[in-house]
Amino acid sequence: MGLPDGSGDLLSEMDGDAFRRLFPLQFYESHFVKSTRPDGRSLTEARETSSALGAVASADGSALVKIGSTTMLAAIKMEVMTPPTESPDEGCIAIDFHMPPICSPTVRPGRPADAAPVVSKQLSDTILSSGLINLKELSLISGKAAWMAYLDIYCLDADGALFDAALLSAVAAFSHLQIPVVSMNDEGKVVVMSEEQGGKEAVNNGKRKLTLSSIPFSLTCILHKKYILADPTAEEESIMETLVTVVLDSSGQLVSLYKPGGPVLAYTSAIQDCVALTRQRARELQAILDEAISGMEVD
Amino acid sequence: MEIDRVDGRTPNQLRPLACSRGVLYRAHGSASWTQGDTKVLAAVYGPKAGTKKNENPEKACIEVIWKPKTGQSGKLEREYEMILKRTLQSICILTLNPNTTTSVIVQVVNDDGSLLPCAINAACAALVDAGAPLKHLAVAICCCLAESGYVILDPSKLEEQNMKAFAYLVFPNALTTLPEGGLRVGGEPMEHGIITSVTQGAMSVDDYLHSLERGRAATAKMSAFLQKSLQPLLSDD
Repeated sequence: MGLPDGSGDLLSEMDGDAFRRLFPLQFYESHFVKSTRPDGRSLTEARETSSALGAVASADGSALVKIGSTTMLAAIKMEVMTPPTESPDEGCIAIDFHMPPICSPTVRPGRPADAAPVVSKQLSDTILSSGLINLKELSLISGKAAWMAYLDIYCLDADGALFDAALLSAVAAFSHLQIPVVSMNDEGKVVVMSEEQGGKEAVNNGKRKLTLSSIPFSLTCILHKKYILADPTAEEESIMETLVTVVLDSSGQLVSLYKPGGPVLAYTSAIQDCVALTRQRARELQAILDEAISGMEVD
Repeated sequence: MEIDRVDGRTPNQLRPLACSRGVLYRAHGSASWTQGDTKVLAAVYGPKAGTKKNENPEKACIEVIWKPKTGQSGKLEREYEMILKRTLQSICILTLNPNTTTSVIVQVVNDDGSLLPCAINAACAALVDAGAPLKHLAVAICCCLAESGYVILDPSKLEEQNMKAFAYLVFPNALTTLPEGGLRVGGEPMEHGIITSVTQGAMSVDDYLHSLERGRAATAKMSAFLQKSLQPLLSDD
C-alpha cells in the first residue's frame, strides 16, 4: 500500500475519486481530522431514517424502513398452531432475515450471504431477550391453540448498519400487526375467520394489536483509533472493521452490547460514549416510529 | 447478597481449567481446552496459499469452521464462526504472510455452559501451538448476571439458562508482563480494552460495566494459567 508520505504527494496531483479508491483509509482520516465524513455528516450523526407501515397488503403486519440507502422490508404472517406441552399458554415467534441478491453486488444467487445467518440470529436473540412481545398474548386457547408469528425481513439494499435497520423494521412491523379474528370450525379446529362467516362466534374479540413493552432500539458504531463513527455506510464498514452495536430499550436497559472482535480494543470510555450515542438515537427512532404509527391511525 | 451456586463455587471462582497442546498429529497446531465439563478441541491448518474470493489478498485470511457436538450446522454455528474469525483476526499479525489462509477448526466435545469463551481460548492456544504470528493472546470469560444484580463468573449450562443475562467477554493478554505505566491508552492499560463482547438478556449499563471489571479481574487468573500451559513451547525460542 502507498506510504503515508507518498500518498500526501499524490493527493495534490490525483483526482478525488482515484484517491478514495487507492488510499481509502487516508481519504477518510483526512475527513475525520475536520470532524466530518465524506457524505457531509458529522461523526456522531446518523443517516436520514424513514419508516412506512403497511407496505405489504397481504401480510398481517408489515413495514418498510430506510436508514440512508439501507432498505429493509419486514412482514409478519400469523398462523394458528398447537402450543408445545412445556408452554401451553405461550405462542411462538420465528424470525428470519434474508439477503436476496438484489441487495448487494457481493451477494450471488444460490450462495447465502455470510452476514445473513448472523444478523438473523442476532435479531431473534435481541427481540426475544428484550421482552418486546409477551408470548402469553399470542395464546388463544390454553393447551390447544396459539399463534405462530412468522417474521420475515428482506434486505432490499445493503448499505451498512444492517442490524439497526432490520431491528427497526421488525419493531415497526410488530406495531402495525393486527391479529386476525379466529373462530372454531365444525371439526373443533381454530381457523382464521374470513369476512363472510360473520355468523360464527369469534374465539377472540375483533382484530387487536399487541402491546409492545420495552421497545429495543439499536445503533451501530465504528471504532477507529480515537474516533467513534455512528451509523456507518457499507464503504466505511469495509475499510474500518471494528463495529460495536449497542441495543437499548425504552427504559434505558442494555439489551445487547455486541462487539465481534475487530482490530481496535474498546475501553470503558469508548463503551460509555457508544451507549450515550445510542440513547440519543433511541429518542430519535422513538419519535420516527410514533409519527409513523399516528400517521397510520389517521387513515 | 451471597448467591448459592449449585456446585458450591463462590461467585468469582472459575471451574477447573485444563489445556493440552499438540493433541492432534496431522494438524499444524491443536489444543483442547476444558473448563469444568465444557470441552472444546481446536485445530489449526495453515498458512495455505491463496485467499477466498471476497477477502483482501494483501493480508492473511483466517477461516473458521465450527462443528457442533450433535446435529447439523445452523445459524448459531455461523454466528460463532463469524465472532471467532473476527476475534482471531484482531490478535493475529495479518500482514506477515499476505495472500494466505489459515484454517481454524473448532469441534465442540461437550457443552456445559460458557461454550464460546472456551472455544476462543482453545483456538488461541491452538494458534500458539501452530506457531502463528500473534500480536498478543486473547483470554475469554463468561459473566452471568443474577436477578439481584450479582455477577457470577464461568457459569454452567443450568446457571446460564436460569440467569437474567450473560455476557461473553474477550480481553487481550500480553505474554510478557509489561512494566507499570507502560502501554496505557487514555489512562487505561491495554489489558482493559475488550476485543469482543456478546451479551444476551437485558441488564442495566452499570451492571454491564460492573461485569466488565469482574471479568478483567478473572482474566488475570486465566492468563496465568495460559502462560503456564504454553510455557514449554516458549522456552524453545
